[in-house]
Amino acid sequence: MTAIALKMLFGERAKVAMLVSGICFATILMVQGLSLGLGILATSYATAVNLKAPIWVASPLIDQVVMNNQPLLDTDVYRVRSVEGVAWAARLFVGGAQVRVVDRGGVSQNVTLIGLDTQTLAGAPTEFIAGSLNDLRQTDAVIVDASAMARLSPDPAVPLKIGETFEMNDRRARIVGVVQTSAATHGQAGYVFTTYDRAVQYVPAQRKMTTYVLAAPMAVHTAAEVARRISDATGLNAFTSDGIRKSSARWFIRNSPVPFVIGLIVGIGFAVGTVISGQTFFTFILENTRHLGVLRAMGTQTRRLARMILLQAMVAGLIGYGLGVGIISLVIAVAPANSPLKVQLPVLMAVLVPVLGICAVAALLGIRRMARIEPAIVFRS
Amino acid sequence: MNPAFQLCSVDKSFGSGESWTPALKQANFEGQPGEMLFLVGPSGCGKTTLLSILCGTLLADSGDINVLGNSLHRMNDREVTSFRARHIGFIFQQFNLIPTLTAEENVSVPLLIENKPADQARRLAAGLLEKVGLADKCREYPARLSVGQQQRVAIARALVHEPSLVVCDEPTSSLDSATGHQVMELLRDVARDGKRAVVVVTHDPRIYGYAERMAEMEDGRIQRWWNSPEEIAAAHAETLTERRQQ
Repeated sequence: MTAIALKMLFGERAKVAMLVSGICFATILMVQGLSLGLGILATSYATAVNLKAPIWVASPLIDQVVMNNQPLLDTDVYRVRSVEGVAWAARLFVGGAQVRVVDRGGVSQNVTLIGLDTQTLAGAPTEFIAGSLNDLRQTDAVIVDASAMARLSPDPAVPLKIGETFEMNDRRARIVGVVQTSAATHGQAGYVFTTYDRAVQYVPAQRKMTTYVLAAPMAVHTAAEVARRISDATGLNAFTSDGIRKSSARWFIRNSPVPFVIGLIVGIGFAVGTVISGQTFFTFILENTRHLGVLRAMGTQTRRLARMILLQAMVAGLIGYGLGVGIISLVIAVAPANSPLKVQLPVLMAVLVPVLGICAVAALLGIRRMARIEPAIVFRS
Repeated sequence: MNPAFQLCSVDKSFGSGESWTPALKQANFEGQPGEMLFLVGPSGCGKTTLLSILCGTLLADSGDINVLGNSLHRMNDREVTSFRARHIGFIFQQFNLIPTLTAEENVSVPLLIENKPADQARRLAAGLLEKVGLADKCREYPARLSVGQQQRVAIARALVHEPSLVVCDEPTSSLDSATGHQVMELLRDVARDGKRAVVVVTHDPRIYGYAERMAEMEDGRIQRWWNSPEEIAAAHAETLTERRQQ
């Protein structure tokens, strides 16, 4: 009867096309909405991904890496080092700066400036495309992430090169290395890495300049355990790297309108898909009332017919879902590299659930209708 | 011989309050295996209601409904549905073939309902289509068949699972006279070959000559029986003369 159910479905080409289109459209809206949302969310904790440190210590008022306007005292790094189980601790500067590539006639662009501990360069990114970390010891040296090399250039097709200089807050900086960062920073052209001492020269002076203290546990301790000890001993907020990412994401969800907008897109996708598909499938069932009645009269159990209807809805739904995923994947494939839109398996799985839900709703409408069909209908002309 | 079916004192009404309409009033009806039994009467007299109750597609309000040794009125919906799948073949006025299935697939549906393997169902369906003269139409969709061919497909579908009771609702009303006679000859063979009871509800006097017994309904109950072809012939001489002339 499975084949019969599918033939009944695919025999109605116009209905199937409408049904598949509805699901496809809903899938596109939901996948792009969720991908965009997760992409933007990922930029909120990009700094905690790109800097490699097991423990992040921040002011007691700060629990994220999105925006930090509560720096630490310079002495806080010593307090952290003194906590039992801490292998090392290093200060970190994170702030915004304006970059202009004067030699190429570029305009000012915002970057995230990272000042790594001058002695140890602890937490530095590790994936070098050109140059090395030690090159940061040179005068005015900065390391730039690969996407910023293109975006800071007035002509993105001709990215900046090693050795080129630019002005950062009107002070000279020279590119000595290029790194690959795994996550793009939110609303910025990219990352510029330098030493802590040099970073604080690039930005206006303040009484407190240490944005975070990065730390690592001794081998015998876990990061979570040592982070807890740091919090207890210093009163500062200490997180594992995973903890600060999650905390940053939560902060972003609470404080940004983006999740609401994304939720709206996903909700509209779900609603549109449900309405189009539900209505179309219900019409399909209505138009097949007589044939379903014939099958019932000939001895098909109601439960079996319900399974056939569910199968029809699910097959149409999965085709629409596959088509939608294919189309959105093509769109994402041709999107700019720095676009936050990425096809992610969890998103595809997350969208599959409401798509199956839409199909279940559509099938339920059809099954309710079918269950009310009297087999005696077949004798009516 | 045990009757193929026996309906005793069956009542059935529709609606309630002012719209309450009695369709059957203490109706009695019975048929024997291997006989072609006609049920005739004016429109609205309850023929289709009686047929629906006989084949278990409609529940009676009261009365005993014994079909092929089973008391349908004591079965639940699931049991009646299974009973229909195993024992009853349907032939409808409008054929009711599923338009998106080929002739062969339409015929194989009753076997698939009984969970027969698809290839076996298809083989049996093809064999039966050959018997009704449609061997070359197996892969055709109903829309590409003439009305006579469609009705023959419907007959093949009604017989493919070898039911003991075949119910036919106005089987010739959509057919021209010649095709109607072909279909009735086929149905008469069906009754004789398989010892099946074939019940035909009809308005079509052109086919009365195929009946072995005939019951006339009026006002929700059987009013008259003609118990042999001769009695039927005598009662409907004018119509049968017309048929012979054709």
